[in-house]
Amino acid sequence: MAAPAAGPVKGPGTDPKQGAPGVTTPPKRRGTELVMLAFAVVITLAAQTIVDITVTGSPSPEIATFGLWFTGLWVVAHLVVRRFAPYADPLLLPCVAVLTGLGLSMIHRLDIAANALGESVSAREDAPTQLLWATVGMVLFVAVLTVVRDHRALSRLAYTIGLVGLVLLAIPAVLPSALSEVNGAKIWIRVAGFSIQPGEFAKICLVIFFAAYLVDKRDVLALASRRVLGLEVPRARDLGPVLVAWGVSILVLVFERDLGSSLLLFGIFVVMLYVATERASWLVIGVLLFAVGGTVAYQLFGHVRVRVDTWLDPFAYYPDGGGYQVVQSLFGLGTGGLFGAGLGGGRPDQVPVAKSDFIAAAIGEELGLFGLVAVVVLYLVLVERGLRTSLVVRDGFGKLLAAGLAFGVAWQVFVVLGGVTGLLPLTGLTTPFVAYGGSSLVANFGLVALLVRISDAARRPAAPPAPPAPKLGEALTEVVKP
Amino acid sequence: MNSPLRKVSISVLVLFTLLILNANYIQVVRSSELRANPSNTRILAEEYDRERGQIVVDGNPVATSVRTDDALTYLRQYPQGELYSSVTGYYSLVYGNTGIERAENEILSGSDDRLAFRRIADLFTGRDPSGGNVELTLDPAAQQAAFDGLDGVQGSVVALDPSTGAVLAMVSSPGYDPNQLSSHDPAAIRAYSDTLGAMDPDPRVNGTVDERHSPGSVFKLITSAAALEDGYSSDSVVPAPQTYRLPGTSRDLSNFGGEVCDPSGQQTLADALRISCNTAFAQLGVELGEDRIRETAQAFGIDEEPEPMPLPVVQSTVGDIDGDAQLAVASIGQQNVQITPLQGAMIAAAIANDGSLMQPYLVDQLQAPDLTVIDQTEPEEQSRPVSADVATQLQQMMVGVVEGGSGRRAQIDGYTVGGKTGTAQTTADGDDNQWFVGFAGPEGEPQIAVAVFIQGGQGTGGDLSAPVAQQVMAAYLAADGGN
Repeated sequence: MAAPAAGPVKGPGTDPKQGAPGVTTPPKRRGTELVMLAFAVVITLAAQTIVDITVTGSPSPEIATFGLWFTGLWVVAHLVVRRFAPYADPLLLPCVAVLTGLGLSMIHRLDIAANALGESVSAREDAPTQLLWATVGMVLFVAVLTVVRDHRALSRLAYTIGLVGLVLLAIPAVLPSALSEVNGAKIWIRVAGFSIQPGEFAKICLVIFFAAYLVDKRDVLALASRRVLGLEVPRARDLGPVLVAWGVSILVLVFERDLGSSLLLFGIFVVMLYVATERASWLVIGVLLFAVGGTVAYQLFGHVRVRVDTWLDPFAYYPDGGGYQVVQSLFGLGTGGLFGAGLGGGRPDQVPVAKSDFIAAAIGEELGLFGLVAVVVLYLVLVERGLRTSLVVRDGFGKLLAAGLAFGVAWQVFVVLGGVTGLLPLTGLTTPFVAYGGSSLVANFGLVALLVRISDAARRPAAPPAPPAPKLGEALTEVVKP
Repeated sequence: MNSPLRKVSISVLVLFTLLILNANYIQVVRSSELRANPSNTRILAEEYDRERGQIVVDGNPVATSVRTDDALTYLRQYPQGELYSSVTGYYSLVYGNTGIERAENEILSGSDDRLAFRRIADLFTGRDPSGGNVELTLDPAAQQAAFDGLDGVQGSVVALDPSTGAVLAMVSSPGYDPNQLSSHDPAAIRAYSDTLGAMDPDPRVNGTVDERHSPGSVFKLITSAAALEDGYSSDSVVPAPQTYRLPGTSRDLSNFGGEVCDPSGQQTLADALRISCNTAFAQLGVELGEDRIRETAQAFGIDEEPEPMPLPVVQSTVGDIDGDAQLAVASIGQQNVQITPLQGAMIAAAIANDGSLMQPYLVDQLQAPDLTVIDQTEPEEQSRPVSADVATQLQQMMVGVVEGGSGRRAQIDGYTVGGKTGTAQTTADGDDNQWFVGFAGPEGEPQIAVAVFIQGGQGTGGDLSAPVAQQVMAAYLAADGGN
C-alpha cells in the first residue's frame, strides 16, 4: 500500500529560486509528500465509503463532513511542515495519515456493528470522537513544530522533561483506583468524563530524557573494564542507570499492572543504551534483567501468569478464563484468511475491545493477510525512516532521540501485533495511530512531530553558504543612507 | 553510534518479518482449522443465512430453524425447550454450539462433503442451500419419563437399547432452555448464560457423558462378572462376614448400616449381590486379584478411550489401586473408581444383551434436505465382556436384586426387571450418590437398559434412583414394548 516511488528524482516541491548559484540544495520533496498525503486521504475516504455501502447500502451523509475535516488536517500538517520543517522526511506524514485514516474507518465500521446488534449500552459513535482526538493531535503536532525550532533545545530541558515523564508515569499508581483503574490496569487519569493515559506522554518525555542523559554519559558507560566470554562487561558502578530503568519498569508492572508499558520502557532504554555506547554487553545485561524480572513477575503476579498461560494455550482458557480475547482474535484472523471478508463483511465486533487493543485483528479479518501485512509494512516504513533520520542527523542527542522514538514505535507495534496474533503474550498496549484512544493518538502525533523536526535537521544543508557580495553591497548602501 | 543504529534497523526488520510470518501462519496455514472451529461464531453468522437442518426425534423436530426478519435470517428454535437440551445442545451466536449441534454441525449447516453435490446443484438452480437433518435414536416416551423423574433433583439418566446400543433416553438435570442461548439477542444470551454459570452445577454440562462419579455397589456387577468368568457360579458360596479386616491395615470394612449379611458368615454369590454385601465382594475382589478385576472392567469399557457417540464421552476409570486394601474397597466401587452414567448403562446393557456390549450411539440416520438418507448407523459390537452363560447368570442375579433385594422399587408388572443399586458416599456430611443400573423386558429378552444417577440427597440407590429407572423402563415398554 502507498508504495513510494523512490527514484532519485528532483522533487516537484523543490524551489529552484532558493538554491544559491553554485550551491546544490538537497531536494525538499514537499511535493512528494503532498501527493502521497492526497493518496492517503483517498484511501481513507474509499475505505469509509466501502464500509457504509457494505453495511448500510449507501454512503452515510456524514462522509462529506468527515472527508473535508480529515483532508483539512493533512493540509494543515503539510503547510506547517512546508513552513517550519521544509527538509523533513516526506514519508513520515503519509504513513501516519494512512494509518490514522484506516484506524478511523475501522472504528467507524465497528461503531456500525455495535449499534446494529444493539450491543453497546449507549449507541456511541467513537469514530467522530477519534477524529476529534486526531485534531487535538494535529494541534500538538503544529505546536511542537512551531515551538521547538531546534530539537537540541530539548536536551537543555531534558531533566525537567524527564521529571515530568516520571510524574506522568506515577500519577495513576498514586491515584485511588476509582480514578485510575479500568479493567484491572491502573494506567488512567479519569476526571470529568475524560480518560487520559498519561503513560503515553510519559513514554515520549522519558525517551527525550534518556537521549540527553545517554549523550552526556555515553563515554563513561562505554568504558568497559573487562572482557568476559568475549563480551565487554561494564563496571559494576556503571550498572546504575540500567538498574534504575529496570526498577521503574518493575514498579510500573507492580503498581499499575501494566505489562505493556513496563516492557516498552525497558526495551527502549536498553536499545538506546546500546546505541549510545555501542556495547552489545548492555543488550545482554538487558535481556538477563528482563529474564529475571519476567520470571519473578510470573511467579508473583497473577495477572502476568494469566497472560503467559493464555498465550501458551489460549484455547485451554476459552470461553471462560483469559483466553477469550485471543481466541476470538485468532478466529477473526483465520476467518479473514488471505483476502479478508472485505470491509464491513466480517464480524470483527466479536473480539472484545476490537476498537482499541484488538483493532489489528479487525483489520486482519476484514482486509485479510494482505491488509494486515500492508499495515505492518507501513509501520516498517515509518520506523525505518525514523532510524534513517537518526543515522543521518549530525548531533548525538538528535541521533539518540530519533532512534529512541522510532524504535519505540517499532517495539510497541511488535508487542501489540504479536499479542493480537498470538505470537507474544497480550500486553494491553495500543496500536499506534490506528487504535481508538485519545491519549495514544495525541501522544503519537507529538512523537511524529519530533521525528519530523529531527529529520528536517538531518536533511537540511550542513552550513549556510558564505554571504555573497551583492548582499554586502546592499547593506553598505543602507548604512550611508541618511 | 551509526554501527549499532544499523543493527537496530536490521533487528526491526527481523521483528516485523516475524510478525508477517506469524500472520501468514494464522491466516493461511491455520485458516481452515480456525474457520472450522465450532466455537467460531463468525462462521455461525454466515450459517445463519442458510436454513439449518433439523434435529429430529421420532419424526418430530426437537431443533429447527425458522425464518425471521432480522439481520440474521434464521432463528434456531427448540420446540420442546429443556426436554432434549442435554442432547441437542445449543446453537449460539455468542458461545458457539454444543451437543449434537456441534457434533453434527457439518450436516446441519450443510457444509458436509456428502452434501457437496447438492450445494453445487443449488447454486445452479438458484434454490437457497439448506442443511441436512439428524434423526436421533431417542424414544420420546423414555426421554419424557426420564425428564420427569429427575425433576427437581440433580442427576442423570441414560437408557440404551441393549441389542443395538441405540440411546433411548439421555437427560441431565437440571436442564436449561436452549432457546434462550440460541436467540439473536447477544445481551439476553449473555444474561442467561451468566445465570446458568452461577448455578452449581452449570446446567449446560451434560452429566450423562461429561462427568463421572464413584459407582458404589453398582461396581459389584463388575466384581461378580469377574468371579463368574473366573469359574465361580451364582450359587458359589463366598465368605460374607460381618466385618472384613482390610489386608495389611487395622481398618475394618463393614456393611451398610453395620448389617449382618448372613448369620452363617457366608452366602451364595447371588445372595451377596441381592443384598449388596460389602464384605463379601471386598473379599472376593482381593481373592480374584487386581488384574482380573481390571480386565473385566476394561472389557465393559472402563479405562478404554470412549468413541464419540457422537457426543464426546469422558473416560470411566478404575483408578489407581495401591495394595489389597485398596483393591478390596475398589471391588465395592469406592476408592478411585469413577464411571459416567453412560458407562453404568453400558454395563447393564452388555449383561442384558447376553454378554455383547454394543457401541452406544445417538444418531440413527443423517438425511439430506430432501429427506433422502445419506447415512444410516449400523449397530456395532464394541466388545464381549462376558460369555453368554455368565451374562445369563448375571441377569438372574440382577433379577434377584429387583425381586427380593435392594432394587424392589424398580419392579414393573408383567415384565422381568433386573438391576443393581449403588450408594456412594461423596462427602462427609452424608450426601450420597444414588445409582441404579438395570434392564427390563419380557422374560428372557430385555429391551431396555438404563442407568440412573442422582447426586446428593438422603437414602440409598434403591430409594431414589430405582423408581426413576422403573418409570423410564415402564414408559418405554408401554409405548414400544413387544415390537
